[in-house]
Amino acid sequence: MTTRRKIIKAALGGLVLAGGSLRLPRALAGLPPGALESERLESLPGKRPLIKRSYRPPNYETPVEDFRSIITPNDRFFVRWHHGGIQPVALSDWRLFVGGDGATKPYELTFDALKHDFEPVEVVAVCQCSGNRRGFSQPHVAGVQWGHGAMGNARWKGARLKDVLERAGLRAEGVEIAFDGADEPYLDGSPDFVKSLPTWKALDENTLVAYEMNGAPLPHLNGFPVRVVVPGWTATYWLKQLTRIRILTEPLDSFWMKTAYRLPRDKFPAAARFDSQTSETTAPITDIVVNSLITDLTDGAKIARGRSRVMQGIAWDGGAGIRRVEVSRDAGLTWEDATLGQDLGRYSFRPWSYRFRPDRAGALTLLVRATNTLGSTQPAELIFNNPGYHNNVIQSVTVEVV
Amino acid sequence: MHPRASRVALVAALLLTVTGVCRADETALKLAPDADASLVQSRCSVCHSVDYIQMNAAILKRAGWEAEVKKMIKVMAAPIPADEVDRIVDYLVKHYGAE
Repeated sequence: MTTRRKIIKAALGGLVLAGGSLRLPRALAGLPPGALESERLESLPGKRPLIKRSYRPPNYETPVEDFRSIITPNDRFFVRWHHGGIQPVALSDWRLFVGGDGATKPYELTFDALKHDFEPVEVVAVCQCSGNRRGFSQPHVAGVQWGHGAMGNARWKGARLKDVLERAGLRAEGVEIAFDGADEPYLDGSPDFVKSLPTWKALDENTLVAYEMNGAPLPHLNGFPVRVVVPGWTATYWLKQLTRIRILTEPLDSFWMKTAYRLPRDKFPAAARFDSQTSETTAPITDIVVNSLITDLTDGAKIARGRSRVMQGIAWDGGAGIRRVEVSRDAGLTWEDATLGQDLGRYSFRPWSYRFRPDRAGALTLLVRATNTLGSTQPAELIFNNPGYHNNVIQSVTVEVV
Repeated sequence: MHPRASRVALVAALLLTVTGVCRADETALKLAPDADASLVQSRCSVCHSVDYIQMNAAILKRAGWEAEVKKMIKVMAAPIPADEVDRIVDYLVKHYGAE
């Protein structure tokens, strides 16, 4: 078997041959067979090893163990693009155009002007791909077969989008704000990745035009030099390599709004509204659903019987904030509260810990569920949808008590 | 090679050895061998690496793969001649289909 040979080669000499790479030491249970077969732990430039889902466009996720720190370091932050061949942007050439038919005073900004002309603000926020955990969908659905790691939590710094828009003379008729980046499709006829936000969300004081990530410039693969940061909403709106902002008086007509990133309305009735893009049956995906993750135990881990131990994890939602995290050791019959950790704001991962003592040897299944301040919690059964978005079914990990 | 450059190369090679992880490279990807494997490889890899196909193995039935190929042509403007569509779909169903 090719794969086994590769592992043996790596183990023997550590020699890395051209095209060689490593299978993951622990496969995530529940991913489809093709995803398990094709995933690799690999380093992109400027990144520590991430789980490769596809080379081109580059789609790489963060291993679960890297979520043990509340802030996801830049070199471990997941990578997701829609088109291959992402070219670096040179700061000296970069300009941000702000205009559109809903602007009375269109203008252009240099990088220095963006940094100095507007009040810098910071927010800690989760950036999560709409399709995170798609790979666990039952039945499986086509798309990038993400595990848990198409997300990250960073401290973003930038100008308020609101301030940038106001300088352009935002007209009252502005219904949506559209974003375009420097990335381009290979083929002329492919739809450029352009996205829009409803004006109300664009004007939210937490929505940023960000130029720093965890106190450093954004990594190229996370959108250097500037990306949109939309706390609470899924990453599809966090446009990278941002070059154009347009205030629109008509809804944006783009494949990436009208066809992709949409959900059946009846499945997620409590989702944040995006009226100008909503049809009778479907609506664009909007805010992140409440979710949680165990970060220090995986299926098959061995833990000691009769010894008290702490299990750790994170919880997050679309910005209401986490109120409670509970753990069940009896298949959901009874739940016990975990202890919430450091609060970095309502858009951030919220760490939690749960102390328990396993008394019986054998398999032990641990379930975790989070509840936000609005009372929304995680479902026991997946809210299935064809594109595989919003997977927040209660996670279970089965360990072995020995 | 300049001595400094060769030192840098050596350090880079050592780092790779230590971490045991290499840089991304799609050229190692191999589709299931068959008469039309090279056709599929050449048409699909114009825009994306073929691990997109591999990772979606055993999920889609014929209708699903057909829809994917048609989406690539109609939406993504993939230059795939009409008379190749059936061959490509047949190959995908045979090797990466759910049936």
